[in-house]
Amino acid sequence: MEMEAAKLIGAGLAAIGAGMAAIGVGNVFGSFLESALRNPGAADGQQGRLFIGFAAAELLGLLAFVVAMILIFVA
Amino acid sequence: MAAEQAKVDPMYQFTIKPLGGSDEWVLGEGFNIAFTNSAMWMLITTVVLFLFVLGGMRRQLVPGRWQMMVETFTGFIDNMLEANIGKAGRKYVPYVFSLFMFILFANLLGLLPLGVVGVHPFTFTSHFTVTGVLAIISFSIVLLVGFWKHGFHFFSLFVPHGTPLPMIPVIAPIEFISFMVRPFSLALRLFVAMMAGHVLLEVLSSFVIDGTNAGVGFGLLVGLPSFILMIGICALELLVAGIQAYVFALLTALYINDAENLH
Repeated sequence: MEMEAAKLIGAGLAAIGAGMAAIGVGNVFGSFLESALRNPGAADGQQGRLFIGFAAAELLGLLAFVVAMILIFVA
Repeated sequence: MAAEQAKVDPMYQFTIKPLGGSDEWVLGEGFNIAFTNSAMWMLITTVVLFLFVLGGMRRQLVPGRWQMMVETFTGFIDNMLEANIGKAGRKYVPYVFSLFMFILFANLLGLLPLGVVGVHPFTFTSHFTVTGVLAIISFSIVLLVGFWKHGFHFFSLFVPHGTPLPMIPVIAPIEFISFMVRPFSLALRLFVAMMAGHVLLEVLSSFVIDGTNAGVGFGLLVGLPSFILMIGICALELLVAGIQAYVFALLTALYINDAENLH
């Protein structure tokens, strides 16, 4: 396979990681909302943890984006 | 062939350019200290932030709108630090507040639609060098506070409470790596989130430009939906600008908590 083609295919495959992170972020907010509606009183106190979970899930998707960018522009 | 194909390079917006013929400014032995567009937008951010906070410093007993706005932000950071660190967190309010507001203003100023009048905003938080330095400042504060307060006892951070003895050789390296990776993940998150958003907007704008150049049919089929999507993504970017600044401040607070209270 040509090098250029392999790079672009790799970058496209890295987009799977971004999609997986989307599932993760959706899961974080979905679960939060689900339990926040059960107990709205406790919801405000957990917002910090919500964003930590969001940040952790998002970081992995962003890493996939970095991999794609490196494959296209650097490698 | 329809109109000339406009080549839109989504990475061009991140080019750092020396401004006003300053590209020959050299300090000492070959350190270029040119005044770049990145430096200019940092300066603009600082001035805007300074004016914003100055407007809220009138210390009236009954705050006006402006003072209320500033006090909402300081109160927000104050609450966050108190919730995550406890009473000892109050002394970090100046640092975390500056950090949060600087990143927030930088992100928001970089999104301003000034390109319409020919001034292209530069989002310097989309550069790893800038976010890296911010992350290193946060990380050094954690190290300094940790070693200052606890001395070499700070290393007990790598062995969480109640770890069974046989597990220590396994847990300690993992905790050490996760500790050392912190500045990278902190910087990487902000820089990639900002860069990804701007690249996305640029790619969508290239759809609008190329679609419209290709004729009315393509303009309506591709250009118009892309334009509407762009407006939506812009709103999302405003949200991301706030969230990333908040996450940076929040994680800094959590890391300082580790140094202040161990665990």
